[in-house]
Amino acid sequence: MLEIKDLYAKAGDRDILRGISLSVAAGEVHAIMGPNGSGKSTLVQVLAGNPAYEVTGGSASFNGKDLLSLPPEERAQAGVFLAFQYPVEIPGVSNAYFLRSAFNSIRQARGEDEVDPLDFLDYMEKKLELVDMDIEMLSRSVNMGFSGGEKKRNEILQMAVLEPKLALLDETDSGLDIDALRIVANGVNTLKRPDNATIVVTHYQRLLNYIVPDYVHVLAHGRMVKSGDKSLALELEAKGYDWLVEPQGALA
Amino acid sequence: MTAAYIEDFKSLSSNGASLEPKWLRDVRREGIERFAALGFPTPRNEDWHFTSVAPISEAVFNPLRSEAGRIARSTLDPFTFGQSDWPRLVFVNGRYHVGLSTLNMPGAKEGLRVRDLHTVLHEEPALAMNMLGKISPVGDRAFTALNAALMVDGAVVIIPAGFESAVPIHLVFLSDANAAKGVSHLRNLIFAGQHSKATVIESYVSLGDSHYFTNAVTEVSVEAGATLTHYKIQRESQRAFHVHTIDAKQERDSHYVSFSFATGAALSRTNIYTNLAGEGCGATLNGLYMADDEQHVDHQTNIVHAQPNCFSREIYKGILSGSAHGVFNGKVYVHPIAQKTDGKQTNNNLLLSEHARIDTKPQLEIYADDVRCTHGATVGRLDEMALFYMKSRGVSADKATRLLTYAFAADVLETIEVEAVRAELERATLERFTGASTAE
Ligand SMILES: Nc1ncnc2c1ncn2[C@@H]1O[C@H](COP(=O)(O)OP(=O)(O)OP(=O)(O)O)[C@@H](O)[C@H]1O
Ligand SMILES: [Mg+2]
Repeated sequence: MLEIKDLYAKAGDRDILRGISLSVAAGEVHAIMGPNGSGKSTLVQVLAGNPAYEVTGGSASFNGKDLLSLPPEERAQAGVFLAFQYPVEIPGVSNAYFLRSAFNSIRQARGEDEVDPLDFLDYMEKKLELVDMDIEMLSRSVNMGFSGGEKKRNEILQMAVLEPKLALLDETDSGLDIDALRIVANGVNTLKRPDNATIVVTHYQRLLNYIVPDYVHVLAHGRMVKSGDKSLALELEAKGYDWLVEPQGALA
Repeated sequence: MTAAYIEDFKSLSSNGASLEPKWLRDVRREGIERFAALGFPTPRNEDWHFTSVAPISEAVFNPLRSEAGRIARSTLDPFTFGQSDWPRLVFVNGRYHVGLSTLNMPGAKEGLRVRDLHTVLHEEPALAMNMLGKISPVGDRAFTALNAALMVDGAVVIIPAGFESAVPIHLVFLSDANAAKGVSHLRNLIFAGQHSKATVIESYVSLGDSHYFTNAVTEVSVEAGATLTHYKIQRESQRAFHVHTIDAKQERDSHYVSFSFATGAALSRTNIYTNLAGEGCGATLNGLYMADDEQHVDHQTNIVHAQPNCFSREIYKGILSGSAHGVFNGKVYVHPIAQKTDGKQTNNNLLLSEHARIDTKPQLEIYADDVRCTHGATVGRLDEMALFYMKSRGVSADKATRLLTYAFAADVLETIEVEAVRAELERATLERFTGASTAE
């Protein structure tokens, strides 16, 4: 489903991704772990099309399409969804209007009819239940004044509404209390289907108790330095990253 | 072309105006003398530093004095906020139009009067004499001087003491193809009697893309305890020129609530001046201007706190795209005796293109010591992260831009209390940014 080959990317003058390869098949869950600043968010932002990053080498294809040549909205329309590590606040645009615009944009791109506001509200009710969010959150501006945990839930709400084929979850578990973690994990698991795939970026093995990965990868200094099964996460929890990561100077 | 206006004055004096009462002839003479002495303002004039009126002063505009013929009422539909039953006074190419106006004004029995100035000057000269020029001094204002010399029509609105108007009074100034190369000097007089409450809307609109010049002056008295809501909506041809000065004078405990919506002309300049001349007054001056292509849109406001215990609130927002040039100059003047003045002024601008430009200049002059006055101006671009966030959810680049642009303007539009007006201006704002960068 997703095929990343030898991907390089930079921001400004700074090289961040330095040759990433990753292959994700339908139905799989991949976890990406790694020290702060290693490039995990950069990788998923590049996949989503953030113009702040420049791809300087390699490729990424999604269901046979050249992902990197598509503008961000077409990636989303093709079924890619990124839950941001730091969800963006948008003053003046209500959450409901935003969600409906996104939902209808994706439907339109697929040649389906737009859904009117009332039908959309019915549809939303079930989705809100899934992430245990109050309907009142829909009338507020997108992420404005939301607590850290509410922002993360709002990301999962958007994912539930848009039903992506490939979900990229960037530290969706950070800042969540244990109940919220269970709700978010439950949301992700409910949305899981044999024909979609999930990449979770996390620092904590505890999330992986709920969302069980098929593969675990370690990213350091912009490269994948180790891959394994879910037991690798336990090992990292016990030993940290030092044994895997060379000092950065050695790479230069 | 100062000379052309002086010629025009001479022909007006020897024709229709020769039968006018002496006081009016004096007003006109003083106007033309001041105008001849002042000439058109140049950028050396501090109040016109960022706006060159050369396209107006160098062109020749012929006086528009004749009444328009029959016009279908439906012509006005795009401009009536879907409220065809609001009482209205309609002017076409600078002259009152009976056919399009409401003849039986609701409230007439209670003393509400909404008439055209031309008729008032002829039938009730004493009434006109008591109002005209009393609030808008000619002083060193060239355009007001010109208006005093050459005005022939405009609206007179008298809201009697204690009267509360259930619906807004709509003054529509429409220009069509017959306005081409013409100029009208409109003079509007609004009197809000003690403890009255009303809304007056001035709409300046065009049919087609005529090249014409509107030079309007509106004098507003807000008597003790009155609340006057006054909207100005300017949506004219992209080839039109527009200069309009609104002068308000507020007596004790009165409120003046103003909103200026400008999507412009080739060049528009709106001056809104209010003088808080009594204690316990409030003034709210809000506005939204949007310009594209080569448009120039300029607002100057002046809030004079002349007495203690008054407040003023001002929020102006601007959205500029293409090679448009916006200007905002907000003055707040606090007299030495105006203690406990509470003033707040904000001007936020959004630039949507490389070549768009804004000059914003807050000017606070405070001579009292026990006051609270703040001001702030910002100039920004659309938030790239917010754009990307929306696009990452499948929203098209175009729609994301439109939504964020609209969101920028939404809070100031929300201050419009008349729902039909708010809804229409929200729609116009949202529509404006559809598709390419060209306006509506
Ligand atoms: N837009 C940018 N401009 C400049 N540098 C950037 C930019 N984005 C990321 N970086 C830098 O690239 C490196 C990788 O950042 P990234 O956010 O991908 O790390 P991460 O692995 O997600 O870290 P964390 O675990 O703390 O979230 C960091 O050193 C960061 O400062
Ligand atoms: Mg990160």
